[in-house]
Amino acid sequence: MSIITKLAIAASLATALSTAAFAQDISGKVVGFSQIGSESGWRAAETSVTKQQAEERGVDLKFADAQQKQENQIKAIRGFIAQGVDAILVAPVVATGWDDVLAEAKDAEIPVVLLDRGVDAPEDLYLTSVASDQVEEGRVAGNWLVGDVGTEPCNIVELQGTVGSTPAINRKKGFEEAIAGHDNLKITQSQTGDFTRSKGKEVMEAFIKATNNGADICAVYAHNDDMAVGAIQAIKDAGLKPGTDIKVVSIDGVPDIFTAIAAGEANATVELTPNMAGPAFDALAKFWADGTEPEKFIITESKLYTSADDPQGEYDRRKGLGY
Amino acid sequence: MIRRSLLKLANPQLLALIGVLLINWLLFPNFFRVTWQDGRFFGSLIDVLNRGAPVAILAVGMVGVIATKGVDLSVGAVMAVAGAVAATMVVAGYPAPIAVVAALVVGLLCGLWNGILVAILDIQPIIATLVLMVAGRGIAQLITEGFIVTFTDPVLIYIGTGSFLGFPMAAVIALVLMIIVTLVVRRTAIGLFIEAVGVNRAAASLAGIRSRMLLLLVYSLSGLCAAIAGIIVAGDIRGADANNAGLWLELDAILAVVIGGTSLLGGRFSVPLAVVGALIIQAMNTGILVSGFPPEFNLIVKAGLIFIVLVIQSPLASRLAPPRIKPVAKAAAK
Repeated sequence: MSIITKLAIAASLATALSTAAFAQDISGKVVGFSQIGSESGWRAAETSVTKQQAEERGVDLKFADAQQKQENQIKAIRGFIAQGVDAILVAPVVATGWDDVLAEAKDAEIPVVLLDRGVDAPEDLYLTSVASDQVEEGRVAGNWLVGDVGTEPCNIVELQGTVGSTPAINRKKGFEEAIAGHDNLKITQSQTGDFTRSKGKEVMEAFIKATNNGADICAVYAHNDDMAVGAIQAIKDAGLKPGTDIKVVSIDGVPDIFTAIAAGEANATVELTPNMAGPAFDALAKFWADGTEPEKFIITESKLYTSADDPQGEYDRRKGLGY
Repeated sequence: MIRRSLLKLANPQLLALIGVLLINWLLFPNFFRVTWQDGRFFGSLIDVLNRGAPVAILAVGMVGVIATKGVDLSVGAVMAVAGAVAATMVVAGYPAPIAVVAALVVGLLCGLWNGILVAILDIQPIIATLVLMVAGRGIAQLITEGFIVTFTDPVLIYIGTGSFLGFPMAAVIALVLMIIVTLVVRRTAIGLFIEAVGVNRAAASLAGIRSRMLLLLVYSLSGLCAAIAGIIVAGDIRGADANNAGLWLELDAILAVVIGGTSLLGGRFSVPLAVVGALIIQAMNTGILVSGFPPEFNLIVKAGLIFIVLVIQSPLASRLAPPRIKPVAKAAAK
């Protein structure tokens, strides 16, 4: 073993040890968290995971629920600044109108980390943002389907999210990118299911009637799991087998889709992790330890789950989180 | 009475419904194809009946309220509350009939609350029911603790997705409810009393009508109908979705009543035509879904069609209409 290799190992060990030490370092820190509200199961899960992550690291988390209102978030952030917290986490409800309050936090030398969504404000006003890559989510779902059908022809029906919403646009784009160049895969029907179970079911019912009672559908791609759960029921009502007659692939990773995967009624889901706070605390720990500026955009992993990934176990891990 | 209802059959509402169905048929040739599958009818037309049922049920309750010159904005939220009550109770182990009755009672109480605000405290209906529209969804979220409460109870699922004589259970419930309410208001004097209160509450009271009791009655009925719709919607997706169940359906219900020829200024009303109004709205929705339009056009197409339906029904159009419909249309225009 050369001296250089030894040095390299020593250095990496030291880094590993000190990283572990950083993780301890933030215990006792006070962090304010301004959450949008609890409009969806995912949001509730994000809240409970954030609280868990704070507890694991010994962080004193001050939680403020904004009830979907930006003015409440701004008030909460001003409150955190007045209390002199060590850092602020914000899941911004809208993209605009944050410049003033972020500047106040910067003047008070309190680092701000954005969770889950970005803002239209100068980048130097916040430390970093932690979010998923929604285009990548669509791409992962599309790639799974491309791999699964191989060279067979496959007509896909798409259940879009709310028209004009960012996740709907991005998840559609990513999926289309993934299936582009595979001429056997084709989106034949595409409609909005508004991200809800009942609309997902209603739209899928109509698709089945419009496509020779479902015989011409090979797969359904839903922009979120809730619409997929509704679509599964519509497929069953039409006397077809979801997961076999019509493949089901969706995005989010909520507990009920893992039950469906375990039952063979859904095929795959791409997780939108509710753990945005973990990477945020890690970035803060490094920043406090030696002033390391993290990357401006930390992207969380878009992980694919299929029946091979212990869906029942994944359900059990998620069911208590508030989805 | 019978002659009047026969005359009403030639009303613009039914023509509009037939028109929308024909447009759907042109866009999607299999629209009228109904097959028999797994012991029930299966086809787009059946979907219109099934999916239109919740709004039709809301409209049955809403039409009485609007006839008294009121409006009930809370029905969507009451749906969410009733669904949440029924779902959490069966999940907690109560038998389904008790859960259903409890949900209906909660709906009735919500309606009674609206009625008390309107009839006894004399708060304007749009404001009085706005309270529960906002608070109701919060109450539903409290009951479900923010989760989508899923259940496997066969009775609740049957109410939402079962079939009776081959027809969707939801549509059967809507039909039965429509018939009962129509008989009650038209075979007794209650319908006339409601119209009298709607035209002029003070005059009706002076004439000896107990307008307070009547207002309590119509708002309670609206709450009860909302609860029935809420149980159906929850049974349909096998879960209570407090955030989304019945969201904005109050507006669809009001629209159904208005398409059904009842004036927002109160007075003359028709329960069956409000149900036809609900079917027109749903026929449009289903038509858009099977036609393959891109979703960006949904709202524009819907707005355009509704505009045409309302123009056909406008006082100006009825003056230009053939004389056969004239007497009824004139009365409605007043």
